[in-house]
Amino acid sequence: MEKIITGRAYVLGDNIDTDQIIPAQYLTLNPSIPEEYKQFGKYALSSVPPGQSGLPKGHVPFHTKDEFISDYQIIIGGKNFGCGSSREHAPIALAAAGILAVVAEFYARIFYRNSVNGGYLVPIESSERLCDKVCTGDELRIDLTTSVLHNLTTKEDWKLQPLGEVTPILEAGGLFPYARKVGMLKV
Amino acid sequence: MKPMTMTEKILAKHAGRDHVLPGENVWIDVDVLMTHDVCGPGTIGIFKAHFGGKNAKVWDREKVVIIPDHYIFTADAMANRNVKVLREFAAEQQLKYFYDVGTAKYKGVCHIALPEEGHTRPGEVLLGTDSHTCTAGAFGEFATGVGNTDAGFTMGSGKTWLKVPPTMRFVFHGELPPYLMAKDLILAVIGDIGCDGATYKAMEFDGDGVYALNIEERMTLCNMVIEAGGKNGVIAPDQVTLDYVNARNKDKRPFTPVFSDPGASYCYEKTYDVSKLEPVIAQPHSPDNRAYVSEIKGAKLDRAYIGSCTGGKLTDFRAAAKILKGKEVKIDTFVVPATSEIAAGLKNEKLNGQSLEDIFKNAGAKIGEPSCAACLGGPSDTFGRLNAPISCISTTNRNFPGRMGHKEAKVYLASPLTVAASALTGVISDPREAL
Repeated sequence: MEKIITGRAYVLGDNIDTDQIIPAQYLTLNPSIPEEYKQFGKYALSSVPPGQSGLPKGHVPFHTKDEFISDYQIIIGGKNFGCGSSREHAPIALAAAGILAVVAEFYARIFYRNSVNGGYLVPIESSERLCDKVCTGDELRIDLTTSVLHNLTTKEDWKLQPLGEVTPILEAGGLFPYARKVGMLKV
Repeated sequence: MKPMTMTEKILAKHAGRDHVLPGENVWIDVDVLMTHDVCGPGTIGIFKAHFGGKNAKVWDREKVVIIPDHYIFTADAMANRNVKVLREFAAEQQLKYFYDVGTAKYKGVCHIALPEEGHTRPGEVLLGTDSHTCTAGAFGEFATGVGNTDAGFTMGSGKTWLKVPPTMRFVFHGELPPYLMAKDLILAVIGDIGCDGATYKAMEFDGDGVYALNIEERMTLCNMVIEAGGKNGVIAPDQVTLDYVNARNKDKRPFTPVFSDPGASYCYEKTYDVSKLEPVIAQPHSPDNRAYVSEIKGAKLDRAYIGSCTGGKLTDFRAAAKILKGKEVKIDTFVVPATSEIAAGLKNEKLNGQSLEDIFKNAGAKIGEPSCAACLGGPSDTFGRLNAPISCISTTNRNFPGRMGHKEAKVYLASPLTVAASALTGVISDPREAL
């Protein structure tokens, strides 16, 4: 896990559920097959209503230059990010599109856990509501050693919640390497 | 020793401990792992990658249950490929419980298939690669949804780690009026606490209003705890539970019912008098966007849908049939039994001499094959899928944008009684006026 994450912000609102992140019709793709994993990047966030896509203005496409990889690397969300289904395809879709981290007020449990388990992206909790403060396209820098989000575009800084108990899992690279490290998995 | 809730007690027992506290991380033994066609192939991929590739062996061939149910009656080649992946895996691993498509064993929606086939037992731990795995809490067990990595880990090891959730307690008192169902109760709860109100928490249901419900209605209650962000829903087993489980328990596996201790601590408690509630509806685009049906009746609809793990059980169809009998629907109405057992029930069960299936057909409804169907959209040829930005009233569980297909479609969630009453008029209608 990188301690410094930089990238452009893509801002979304509250209750971004897994159907908006990766619509059910694309769940026929198998993320364990590399060629199909790549396809998830193309469909990431494709069911977010246009008016809610890329706040504050909305109607900002998540991809323009490349059909698989997004122009953005960090998602700023509101409350209850990733609610809905247990599909691991949701953090996979964001990671396949090039998303490195999500910063939200708080997460739905299964999305958070899936993100950590697979080491797909770093789910970070903010200390205050940032989806009304950050604009889509802002250049951001996340420092996980100090738990601070720097907005390089506006020169504002915001405190983030420390990653806490999931840190060793993210540092190990996910659930399997972590379980081997702590002796819960012998194979 | 400090008293514990039943969720804490089940987790303590499966962690080999006398006691656990909310917030503790524990490694636990899993009794049953369920997967299906949408998450199974990815889970199998992860399992094989980490447990020896071609030589990988599941931890227990009787404890991994595979139930294809999501994208079954479709021409989609990828969907059919995924079922084939499951079929080959079940054969290779000699899994005892694989409910294959196109055979007499085919069941339909996993959350209803699990109890019908005897895979749910009080006091056990059930993990499933589907968020509505929480449905099985109705049998007094700890049941929760997990992703592919967790499931792949359990598939090879029989274990998982999790954080012990604090428990919220919801007590229902009083007699449920004939115009209300469990769906109204859970929509009322979600409306009260919000779709993040139980995030990371257990939701325990108690009170005479719960124990008066039949087992299918208790399943509806637990099914939707995930719509409030809940980790699991749970109802203590009573004679109704034990009679159901003992009649079906696969392999007659022994189990020990677990109950909350007197004096156990809850992080939240709320009591409802169910006799005073009225029909509840969740408006687009969130299950917590609650209104009373009486407040928004008359809103125009294009479609009605009765199906899914939440609203496609025999109890749901009995309720809808009461309203639709001898009448004709005004809008496209889709009926999808959750499982093959329920589909058989539609043919066999009669209301005043007429089968439920005939009642629906004569009313002009279309009846589909048992599966998840349009509850979660699915491939474009899915039965009942919303392929245009229309308004639909549905007995399903989720109405975020795009859930049933088109991202600008409007989905209202309500009880089978409210959906049937609305199907007859083409506008949102109060079941009290139709019964």
